[in-house]
Amino acid sequence: MFFPISGAHISPIYLAIVGFVIGILGGFFGVGGSFIAGPALRLVGLDWNFAVGTDLAHIVGKSVVAAKRHRALGNVDLRLGLVMAFGTFAGAEAGAQLIQMLKRAGNVNLVVSIVSIIVYLSISAFMLWESRKTLKSQRGRSSRAKVKGLTAKKDKSAFGHVSRAIQRLKIWPMISLPTSGVKAISLWMILLVAFVGGFFGGFLGGGAGYIRMPSMVYVLGVPTHLAVGTDLFEIIISASYGTFSHAIKGNVDILIALVMNIGAAIGAQIGAIATQYFAGPKIRLAFVPLPLIGAAIVIYTLVSGHKL
Amino acid sequence: MTKETARTLRAFAIELAIYALLVVAYFFLVLHLLGDWLYDLERQHRYIYAGVAILLIIGQAVLLESVTTFLIRMIRGRSE
Repeated sequence: MFFPISGAHISPIYLAIVGFVIGILGGFFGVGGSFIAGPALRLVGLDWNFAVGTDLAHIVGKSVVAAKRHRALGNVDLRLGLVMAFGTFAGAEAGAQLIQMLKRAGNVNLVVSIVSIIVYLSISAFMLWESRKTLKSQRGRSSRAKVKGLTAKKDKSAFGHVSRAIQRLKIWPMISLPTSGVKAISLWMILLVAFVGGFFGGFLGGGAGYIRMPSMVYVLGVPTHLAVGTDLFEIIISASYGTFSHAIKGNVDILIALVMNIGAAIGAQIGAIATQYFAGPKIRLAFVPLPLIGAAIVIYTLVSGHKL
Repeated sequence: MTKETARTLRAFAIELAIYALLVVAYFFLVLHLLGDWLYDLERQHRYIYAGVAILLIIGQAVLLESVTTFLIRMIRGRSE
């Protein structure tokens, strides 16, 4: 099928299948999936600028579907999501500014590649260690405990002492997040987490859900299911801003995004519903390969010189 | 395979088939009708295009979510 805005010929079935796969990942893990969507669009000949902008537009649609489903399941903390949006915007702008500085210095590709590989590998290694340790300790406590339905939301983390210590920091203003079960936490800690997520989004590209979702769990102490749903809600706001920004620069083919979203609408619902049947540590353990895929793509582009 | 799993898979297959029909109709009606208009808008009025693009993707997402939720409810309701 011919898409006149980008001038590309792409099979709509291919787009719907890509959207479906990314929808499942997004609904289950709360990530935008740009590390798959970008290369998938490049693979069929879409120009890099259109791949980035169109992917962001598709992320908005997919996140709306997944966040609506998560909200119905009680997995979205609207207050936390809205507060985080402010930090994300500031962080994204800072990340984009750093990119501009590195561009002027002439070494942007190498620096971004190396930083992203370190970040991706660190997240994977840490989450592997933490989720395995948590699962081991849970097995020790109750070998017969079954996880099904709402009981899966009860979250334990081997890193929980750190988030509890952060919640005890009394830096005014303090806010409560009853939906997430956090009695009081400094507003600045939430903004800091959002800023760091936004910064890496602006610096490395994409929605940076692979950083924000784990940060919400380990730093803020938000249960994994809530972190997934709230991250998706937050992605709607930040990706809408990114879509608008790219669209006025002529980088968005909305027709491609609409077709991708047809597949993503089913995938996102399946992913969101599936979270109900897995405990937090298991979702975190399953998350481990995602940053590794991102790292593999970056290493490939670094070694081969081809940008996927 | 348990009875419940078989029922869920059957419901999902029916939902997918109905959804596919709706999508094909939607695809030909909406995308073909909107294609030229969006192309012109993108060339001539970028700011309006940017706003319309966001409204379209959010509107479609809400619509698709409502349709799939309705189908899930309807099929599950009948199979139980």
